[in-house]
Amino acid sequence: MLSVQSVTKRFGGLVAVDSASLDVAQGSIAGLIGPNGAGKTTLFTLVAGFEKPSSGTVSFAGQDVTALPAHERAALGIARTFQIVQPFAGLSVVENIAVGAYLRHPARADAQAKARAVADLVGLGGQLEQSAAALTVAGRKRLELARALATEPRLLLLDEVLAGLNPSEIRDMIPVIRNIRDRGVTILMVEHVMQAVMSLCEHIHVLAQGKIIAQGKPAEIASDPAVIEAYLGQGAAKRLQAKPAGGADA
Amino acid sequence: MIRAYGPAIVLIAAAALVPFAITANTVLNFIVFALIIALAAQGWNVLGGLAGQFSFGHAAFFGSGAYTTALLQTHWGVNAWVAFALSILLAGAVGWIIGFLSFRSGLRGSYFALVTLAFAEVLRILANASTFTGGAAGTLVKLDMGPANFQFASRAAFVWIALALVGFVLIATIAIMRSRFGAWLTAVRENEDAARALGVDTLAVKLKAITLSAAITGAAGALYVQYYLYLDASIAYGPWISIEALVAPIVGGIGTAFGPILGAAALHGFGELTKLFAGGIPGIDLVLYGLLLIATIAFAPDGIMGLLKRLASVFDRRRTR
Repeated sequence: MLSVQSVTKRFGGLVAVDSASLDVAQGSIAGLIGPNGAGKTTLFTLVAGFEKPSSGTVSFAGQDVTALPAHERAALGIARTFQIVQPFAGLSVVENIAVGAYLRHPARADAQAKARAVADLVGLGGQLEQSAAALTVAGRKRLELARALATEPRLLLLDEVLAGLNPSEIRDMIPVIRNIRDRGVTILMVEHVMQAVMSLCEHIHVLAQGKIIAQGKPAEIASDPAVIEAYLGQGAAKRLQAKPAGGADA
Repeated sequence: MIRAYGPAIVLIAAAALVPFAITANTVLNFIVFALIIALAAQGWNVLGGLAGQFSFGHAAFFGSGAYTTALLQTHWGVNAWVAFALSILLAGAVGWIIGFLSFRSGLRGSYFALVTLAFAEVLRILANASTFTGGAAGTLVKLDMGPANFQFASRAAFVWIALALVGFVLIATIAIMRSRFGAWLTAVRENEDAARALGVDTLAVKLKAITLSAAITGAAGALYVQYYLYLDASIAYGPWISIEALVAPIVGGIGTAFGPILGAAALHGFGELTKLFAGGIPGIDLVLYGLLLIATIAFAPDGIMGLLKRLASVFDRRRTR
């Protein structure tokens, strides 16, 4: 579905993404994790077309989309959410979602009907006429998701949709995401909430300092020494293994 | 449908009856002038209000429309109606060019405002220096009364023509606001990045907006020439019209269909009244202008339309209690 081939992105002297490659299979939920500043969001902006890579290619459904701007990738079926939610504050919830729905439904009535259906899907059905500015954080995350879904994407890029939510809100959100995948949308998610990543994702890619350092099934990733070191520092994996019974001085 | 367009149709129909009741030339004169300003302001509102791109130089479009109409007639003897249509097209083209140059380079906010101001000023200086435009002496359109020449002895005819244009743009604005293009304009105004993520070609949307906006304001300029039959560079491209075009929507309600019309009516209505009662003090109407603008920004940031909406909701709450 999505194939990123040795993509590099430099900002001046800083290499934010360093020759990263990853593939996402159709119909799967893939995770992209890594410590803060690893380059996850930058990699997302490259896939969504908001930035052009310094080198490397991005292809989607067999087509090279590296040169396409963001709105054309959206038309092809790549939708993204923003880590820092970006509601159209002056609009109501249903109008917000309708902006996304207009991509495939030029008529007002169709777009609004689509927007209502998507709102129900993410659990915003009861707040349609509310102003987007008046939503809670959890509500805004759902709105962000709904707007992206309204474009009827084939690939959905979720940038920390669970960040800032409390545990019960996260529990409410996980089935929503799984439901989206069950409707045939491939998902790539950046997420820090590990409980969610482990339960949702079939495949995980780990990014550290701009490089993909590991990829595999959740269980393999959790025990991969390179991943543990990326999160906890050099030598951490060895110390954890040396004192399995909870090394107090590690 | 009726809910959306009803108020607009009622307002225009009611205004069309005014020349039957009032025949005083000074009043009709005032109405025509206010309608020309309203039309220019409606143009500004498409770009500034709906798409959120604040222009400080709508004189560039007003003047281009005005000069096209004036020069086509004086230099080549083109029929006034044909010249009027061409002036709308040319003003739109000027809008597209300025939009292409500034939006392509990613100018936003105050940078965009400054660039539009610069374009208008450059055009003013060029028009003032060129002999083709009559230079500082200006251009007179030959007086030749007759409907075929877009010149009418009766002021009422001009009221109706101006009203028809304002009414048409009003209905078109409401239609745009209810369409996909309208939703995309709002999305661009509120958050360009989010709009792009949802598949909106923001550059194309902004270019469409500035072209439409310029064409409407250009029509106002052409109408001005046809009414006053005189034009010089400071009327056509002067900052006065840029300011009129943006103050009216701000006072009336930015980004609303009725805002520019209400704003133009309120500003010029008050201006005329003060001139009537305190005509001895020159410039007193401008002082009032400033005061109105300050009052609007301080107490009614959403303009007259916002104020009306607030009053309506207070009234509603009282009634339901």
